[in-house]
Amino acid sequence: MSGWLKKHIIALKDLERREIELIFDAAQSFKEISQREVKKTPALRGKTVINLFFENSTRTRVSFELAAKRLSADVLNFSSSTSSLAKGESIIDIIKNLESYHPDIFVIRIGSSASLRTLTQYTKASVINAGDGKNEHPTQALLDMFTVKKARGTVENLKILIVGDILHSRVARSNIFGFQKFSSQVRVCGPSTLIPYEFDKLGVEIFYDLDKAIEDVDVIIMLRVQRERQALSFFPSLREYVDKFSLSPERLKRAKKDCIVMHPGPINWDVEISSSLKEQLHPLILRQVENGLAVRMAVLYLVGTRKK
Amino acid sequence: MDNFKERTKVLSAEDIKRILYRLAHQVVEKTPHPEDLVLLGIQTRGVYLARRVKKIIEGIEKTEIPLGILDITLYRDDLTTVGPSPLVKETKIDFDINDKVIILIDDVLFTGRTIRAALDEIMDFGRPRRVELLVLVDRGHRELPIRADFAGKNLPTAKHELVEVRLKDPDGTDEVVVLEPLK
Repeated sequence: MSGWLKKHIIALKDLERREIELIFDAAQSFKEISQREVKKTPALRGKTVINLFFENSTRTRVSFELAAKRLSADVLNFSSSTSSLAKGESIIDIIKNLESYHPDIFVIRIGSSASLRTLTQYTKASVINAGDGKNEHPTQALLDMFTVKKARGTVENLKILIVGDILHSRVARSNIFGFQKFSSQVRVCGPSTLIPYEFDKLGVEIFYDLDKAIEDVDVIIMLRVQRERQALSFFPSLREYVDKFSLSPERLKRAKKDCIVMHPGPINWDVEISSSLKEQLHPLILRQVENGLAVRMAVLYLVGTRKK
Repeated sequence: MDNFKERTKVLSAEDIKRILYRLAHQVVEKTPHPEDLVLLGIQTRGVYLARRVKKIIEGIEKTEIPLGILDITLYRDDLTTVGPSPLVKETKIDFDINDKVIILIDDVLFTGRTIRAALDEIMDFGRPRRVELLVLVDRGHRELPIRADFAGKNLPTAKHELVEVRLKDPDGTDEVVVLEPLK
C-alpha cells in the first residue's frame, strides 16, 4: 500500500482515483478528532501554513485555518484587503516575500484561472488550491464527494446533477472531474447563458429544463447565484430564475427517493432552494461544513507529511 | 516481510493462551475495583490482544470492561520523516477515561516510541488515574524510559531482527516468531 506522493493539490483533474480514496480514508479518521475533548493532534507540529487569499472568502479560509490549527501547525492569514496587493505589490513578489518565512504549505485562493501552477515555481512550499478563478476548487468537490460517500456509502455509478451558474463555477468543474473518476454521470442544468457549450466535451449532459434534468438523480448540487459576479446580468430577472431553477418540494419529488441535496453555501433561501425545504435539507448542508473541515485536515496532513 | 526469513518460533498457540490468562489475572490482582478498569488496544495487533484480555477479565470479574482503540499515527515522532504519509487508522474511545485505570495493550514492546505516542494521545482524551502497560513480548532495545507493567515474555533479540506476532484473529494462527534479515 503506497501512500501520498503529490507535493501540490491544484486540481481534481490531476488526482488519481486512488489518491482521492486516500483523502477520504484520512478524512474519516479526522472526523473523530473534532469530537474529542482536546480537538488537536500534533501531526503538523512545527509546520507553517500560510493562507493566502487574493479573493474574499470567509468560509473556506476559516475551514482551512481551523484544519491547520487542529493539526498543530502554525497558521498565518494573509488576505488581499489587508495585504500589499492594494499597495501595488505583485502576487509573485508577495509569495517571494512570504517565502522568507520558510512556510511548508501555501493555501491559495486567487481570481485568475489556472495560475497556481506558475506560482509553485516561486516557492519551495506545497501549494493547495482554495479556488482559482473559474478553474477549480478541489477541496470543495472533495468534501461534496466525501459527504455523498458518507450519506450513500459510495460515490460510484451515481447520477449527479449540478444546478445554477455553471459558467462561473469552479465548484462545478471540480465536481465534474471528481465524480467522473468514479464512473458517476454528471448532468448540469441552468440558464443557457450560464452554461458554456464546451461543457459537452467534458462528457456531461446539458439540460436547460430543471424538471427534466432532475429525473432519477441520486445527488443534486445547487450552486449559489453569485450576485457579486454579476450573475444577475446573465438572466432577465431573479423571479424568472427562481421560477425555472429553484428547487421546490414538487421538483424534488421527481428525483430518486433517497436523493441528497447539497449546497456549497452561503444559501440564498427561496432563490436556489425553497425555504419550505429548509428543515429537510439544511442538516446535510451543515454536515458538508463539518466534513469540509475533516477533508481539509486530510489534505493538509497528506501534503504536510509527504516524504521530501 | 520481504528480505527476512524465519529464525525461531518463540511462542506457540498454547504458550500465548497461558500467557494471556496469566497477564489478565495479574491485572485483576492489581486492580481490586474492576469498575475503574478500562482497556486500550494499540492498532492493530494490540486491539486483537485487548479483545482477548477483555474476555478473560470479564470471565473472572463477571462485569463488562470497556475497550477502546488507539491509533497513534498522528502522534509519531517520525511522522514528517518516515514518508509517504502513513495511513491513519481509527481511534475509538467512546467512554470517559477521567480517573480510570487504563491498561494500555500492545503486542511487542521495542523502542518505547509507540508507547510514548500513545501516552500523549491518551492525555488528549482526559486525565486517567493511572496508565499501565501490558505487552505480549518485551524484546528490549528501549530508546525511552518506558517499561511494561505486565509482560508476557522477555525476549532477548538483536536490533536488526524482527519479532512478528501472529494471532488467530486476524492471522489465522497464534504464534510469535523471530525473523532475521536474508544475507
